[in-house]
Amino acid sequence: MISVTHLSKSFSRLEVLKDISVDFTRPGITAVLGPNGSGKTTLIKCLLGMVIPDQGDIQAFGQPVKGQWTYRSQIGYLPQIARFPDNLRVKELIAMIKDIRGTAADEAPLIEAFGLETYLDKKLGHLSGGTKQKVNLLLALLYDTPVIIMDEPTAGLDPIALIRLKDIIQREKKRGKVILITTHIISLVEEIADEVVFLLEGRIHFRGTPEQLRMQYAGANLEEAIANLLLNENQATAVHPKLTQNHNGIALHKNLKPC
Amino acid sequence: MLKILKYSFFDMMRSRWIYLYFGFFFAFTLSLFLISTDLSKVVVSLMNVILILCPLIATVFGVMYYYNSREFTELLLAQPIARRVIFLGQYIGLALSLSLSLLAGVGIPFVIYGIFQSADIWNFFSLLLNGVFLSFIFSGISFWIALKNDQQKIRGFGLALAVWLFFAVIYDGIFLLLLLSFSDYPLERFALGASMFNPIDLSRITVLLQLDISALMGYTGAVFQQFLGNGTGMLFAFGVLTLWLLLPLWRIGRIAGVKDF
Amino acid sequence: MRYFIIILLFFISGHSLARIIVVCKTCPVEGIGVAIQLAQEGDTILVKRGIYQEYDIKIDKCLTLIGQDWPVVEGGNQSEVFSITAPGVTMEGFQIQNTGASQSQERAGIRIKNTSDFRIRRNRLLNTYFGIYLEYSRDGIVEDNYIKGEAVSETTSGNAVHAWYCKQITVRGNSVYGHRDGIYFEFVDSSWISHNYSEANVRYGLHFMFSNDDRYFHNTFRHNGSGVAVMFSKRIDMIANHFEHNWGTAAYGLLLKEIYDASLRDNHFDRNTIGIFMEGAARINYENNTFSNNGITLKMMGGCIANHFKGNFFFSNTLDLVVEGNTNDNSFDGNYWSEYTGYDLNRDGVGDVPYRPVKLFAYVMHRCPESVVLLRSFFVDLLNLSEK
Repeated sequence: MISVTHLSKSFSRLEVLKDISVDFTRPGITAVLGPNGSGKTTLIKCLLGMVIPDQGDIQAFGQPVKGQWTYRSQIGYLPQIARFPDNLRVKELIAMIKDIRGTAADEAPLIEAFGLETYLDKKLGHLSGGTKQKVNLLLALLYDTPVIIMDEPTAGLDPIALIRLKDIIQREKKRGKVILITTHIISLVEEIADEVVFLLEGRIHFRGTPEQLRMQYAGANLEEAIANLLLNENQATAVHPKLTQNHNGIALHKNLKPC
Repeated sequence: MLKILKYSFFDMMRSRWIYLYFGFFFAFTLSLFLISTDLSKVVVSLMNVILILCPLIATVFGVMYYYNSREFTELLLAQPIARRVIFLGQYIGLALSLSLSLLAGVGIPFVIYGIFQSADIWNFFSLLLNGVFLSFIFSGISFWIALKNDQQKIRGFGLALAVWLFFAVIYDGIFLLLLLSFSDYPLERFALGASMFNPIDLSRITVLLQLDISALMGYTGAVFQQFLGNGTGMLFAFGVLTLWLLLPLWRIGRIAGVKDF
Repeated sequence: MRYFIIILLFFISGHSLARIIVVCKTCPVEGIGVAIQLAQEGDTILVKRGIYQEYDIKIDKCLTLIGQDWPVVEGGNQSEVFSITAPGVTMEGFQIQNTGASQSQERAGIRIKNTSDFRIRRNRLLNTYFGIYLEYSRDGIVEDNYIKGEAVSETTSGNAVHAWYCKQITVRGNSVYGHRDGIYFEFVDSSWISHNYSEANVRYGLHFMFSNDDRYFHNTFRHNGSGVAVMFSKRIDMIANHFEHNWGTAAYGLLLKEIYDASLRDNHFDRNTIGIFMEGAARINYENNTFSNNGITLKMMGGCIANHFKGNFFFSNTLDLVVEGNTNDNSFDGNYWSEYTGYDLNRDGVGDVPYRPVKLFAYVMHRCPESVVLLRSFFVDLLNLSEK
């Protein structure tokens, strides 16, 4: 449904994504993993057209996304940080999103699932982080979209909400949706992910099932495997202090004294 | 677009600042009427305030609104809406609410005093129209600056205020210095041209030309009167103001298309 | 009582000697010209209601002409209507109209020439080229006349009341509209102009040239091309007049040019582009005048010497004083300035810091007239503020 080819993006001189090609077409749950600053959020924002790529091509549902916006109605998106206009009530926010999108949706099951009934008349500015995240989830899942992208969905959630969320994700998966999740919670990945995409310094270092990842990096569990991966990669990409990398990642000599 | 505009507009209308702005104009106009019922005098006093305050308040509101509604913007960016629609909608909602506060704040006292018969009423309307133009232009410019400096609030605020200061004061200072240093040459055309490049100056001159005071302006005034004083000239002046309005609109549209969030 | 009877007797006897000739369309005497021919010195001609198509009527005897119920003397655009050459003539109650214009002669509704002791009162002069034209005459009164012209330009119009080489005349209580000058004095000395109302004249409401020792007071000059021009004259007193609404690129309330030893007291200047424009004005005292809502209140050009302003009131004028060229020995004392922002610590009602009426921007405007486009801009306000 979404395919990315040769995608690069840098913010001023900082290269965030380096020639990434990946596609998310098979139904199921894909976990996008990677250390902080590895480019997970940027990749997702590129998919949604919020960040404009420097190079490369993104296609959604068979159409290039550049300059388009209607395809976003086919994607449920959960932003990383729940930020809403403070002086709006929860009820008004839901009504506003429905009004702006102009299509009907039934929020009642989601309100019940996340226990938001008592908060409907509260202003968003007065809500706790966890409750805001629930509202955030509600908006992302409000519409029945073939693709769901969630940036750190579990942040700040209480255990009950977390269970509800996993239920919903599993249910949606069964309905044949493409679901993309970034997270730092490895147990969640082990539990629900069908596939893992591992980003490191703007490149895809691994793509496969969690089991494959564990095997490849010889970990007793996924967490250990990831730790091994990071260690290996750090050694492999470690640069001699007298060398520096150019933007293609090729080591160059710098201030090297002749022997 | 209309939906975004509507939400921005009502969002502004929730803010107490906009009522403060309305209240100021209301109280100020009312007190002018209490002091004098001479409409042309009221128009002159109002002119001084509108020409400075409208751009200033529009500038401040423009940046403030942009930074305060970042959450709303982020929410909208993930929705199936074109980006320029989001930003233009927000901008127009903002500018409309500012203009409405001005129109209501100044207009209601006029209605209360029931002054519609006076010959000066057209000057009053032209003043209001200029005020609306300035509100749109300056909120547009500051919105543009804020959009450009999306992550740097302080820088955005500083730049927007600097632009206001430039058009309100510095431009005229440079203008005057140039006039003085080339006073041996005929400068009417230069003065006419230079006033086109500052919307505040252009508004001030179009309003002044319709008031009695234009007689004071002597030969230069006559040149301006000839050029801007008649119906075509008025249309021309408003045409130039419209260009001034389109500039930030165009920039906002452009930046919205390529900006990362 | 005895005096009253004597006066009454005198009055009756005077009248009994003189005849009254009645003129009307059904009377034995049908025309005014004919009646004058029939009349003897001291007679009264009473003209009744009607339209009299007559012009070039010469009054060469001492007569009293009285119009009853506004008889209309219609010039028919042919020529001058009345001309008075005998002393002691009184004219009252006529409506004189349509002299028409001429290239060769200066036609007037009533011309008074080489005579004295005339009294022209309560007449209406409509669409006459010149209204009342006085030349080489003295000791007469022009009062309570209503004179309305249809002037469009200076070159194709005459003055409502025009006096040339006259002495000791009084022009009072007239209303004059739509001529070149409302009242024009050239070589007229020791005369008084008072209680007139002069409006919508294309050049000046009142105009003095080469006239000395005159006085004008309690007049109103409104919406004229310019209010009053006093030029090349000496010892003119200007008292309690109103100079109002003289707006236009070259308009002023009062123009003083080459004038000496004059005084201005208790006048009001309101809404003039320039309140008083002075050029070569010397030894003039300005006292207790009020200047309000003017563009430039006082404009002093070269040669203004020993002008003294004392106890005048300056309210909400755009600029109070503009000085160009060499001026000296002028003084300002005890005036009220609404623009004053100083303080009065000892509370004696007089500001402790003197007011400086010449603004920096006024000086800038003088150096570079184009800078007027910045008038009322925030920058100029700041400039003026920084001066205080």
